[in-house]
Amino acid sequence: MEKNNNLLKEFTKGIFRENPIFHIVLGLCPTLAITTSLENALGMGIAVIFVLVFSNLVISSIRKIVPDKIRIPCFIVVIASFVTIVELLMQGYLPDLAKRLGIFLPLIVVNCIIMGRAEGFAKNHKVLSSIFDGLGMGLGFSLAILIVAGIREFLGTGRLLGRTVFLGFSPLAVFILPPGALLTLGLLLCLFKKLKKGS
Amino acid sequence: MDIKTSLMIIIGMVFINNFILSKFLGLCPFLGVSRNIKPALSMGLAVIFVMTLSSIVTWLVYRFILLPLNITYLRTIVFILVIATFVQFVEMVILKKSLALYRTLGIYLPLITTNCAVLGVTVLNINNFFVNNHPVAGSFFYSVLEGFFAGVGFTLALLIMSGIRERLMLNDTPSLFKDLPIAFVVASLMSLSFMGFNGFRF
Repeated sequence: MEKNNNLLKEFTKGIFRENPIFHIVLGLCPTLAITTSLENALGMGIAVIFVLVFSNLVISSIRKIVPDKIRIPCFIVVIASFVTIVELLMQGYLPDLAKRLGIFLPLIVVNCIIMGRAEGFAKNHKVLSSIFDGLGMGLGFSLAILIVAGIREFLGTGRLLGRTVFLGFSPLAVFILPPGALLTLGLLLCLFKKLKKGS
Repeated sequence: MDIKTSLMIIIGMVFINNFILSKFLGLCPFLGVSRNIKPALSMGLAVIFVMTLSSIVTWLVYRFILLPLNITYLRTIVFILVIATFVQFVEMVILKKSLALYRTLGIYLPLITTNCAVLGVTVLNINNFFVNNHPVAGSFFYSVLEGFFAGVGFTLALLIMSGIRERLMLNDTPSLFKDLPIAFVVASLMSLSFMGFNGFRF
């Protein structure tokens, strides 16, 4: 019973308490660059969850074999392999989405969250808890970028998932542009701080 | 290798498509080391250095190893490995040759491996200057140019940001906005002003 509780904890901590974006403030580049629409954010979120879960799985299973000194290059190879798998799969099955995510698809390799979880968690935890940690962190990341993307798409175009929400709403185009991304995230960080203080 | 294209790359990389403010590459170091001007400058120099050299190395690897062997799908893995080993190598050389330079750049070098701006510029070089797996005329020169000036743009944004944050420290910001949130708002305003460069046309 206690074991299950622990696993649940590993899983849920990434979603709110240690949310990778709002709390640790890692993995910002994709968060800001591809959140112009909910659809892009969804694609990115799924790609990151996939890479995070599998890289955590592999890294935690090889953690005892890999010498400490060369662990970083080893981890990078593992992560890069999974990123390449995602890249090829997406180019094959969802070419439109792959085109819109552009260079941020291969750049998942250098998304600090993934390396951060490998270094900070999978390196010294058992396989099962590492998988749950990856799943939780991935979900937390996806949730955060979905929120940012939702706000930006709604304010910037007046639509959600490509559908018009209100008639007669005049969109603020700046939210689709880079400055809007930074502003949205800055205000969300502030809000998160407030929520955390309250709880 | 005409002047016009080169100029477009220079101005584009430094101002119009500034890596941090309009492409969102390299945000982690941008927020992490922009609290003071001095480390920001060192980081900027280290990034320019690594970006230029890794543009050279990855272009050569792509053109003479990946393309002839027809394994371009391994691009991501190969590039990140090349950059990681290369950064390690540079660190060792600097340590051996010049202790003063090591003290300024040293601690920032390992951080650069996971700076997405470096991998970003190498991937962009390949996307921009290879058409149907053939290098365009002057491809190598443009890649190096792009690498160097992307680094300059990065340094410029980092320096402006660190100057502003040094002043912000003296100001009385609301407690909820302290540190990161206000930094994002500042970055947003900077990005807004950099958008003014969009009007540049030749």
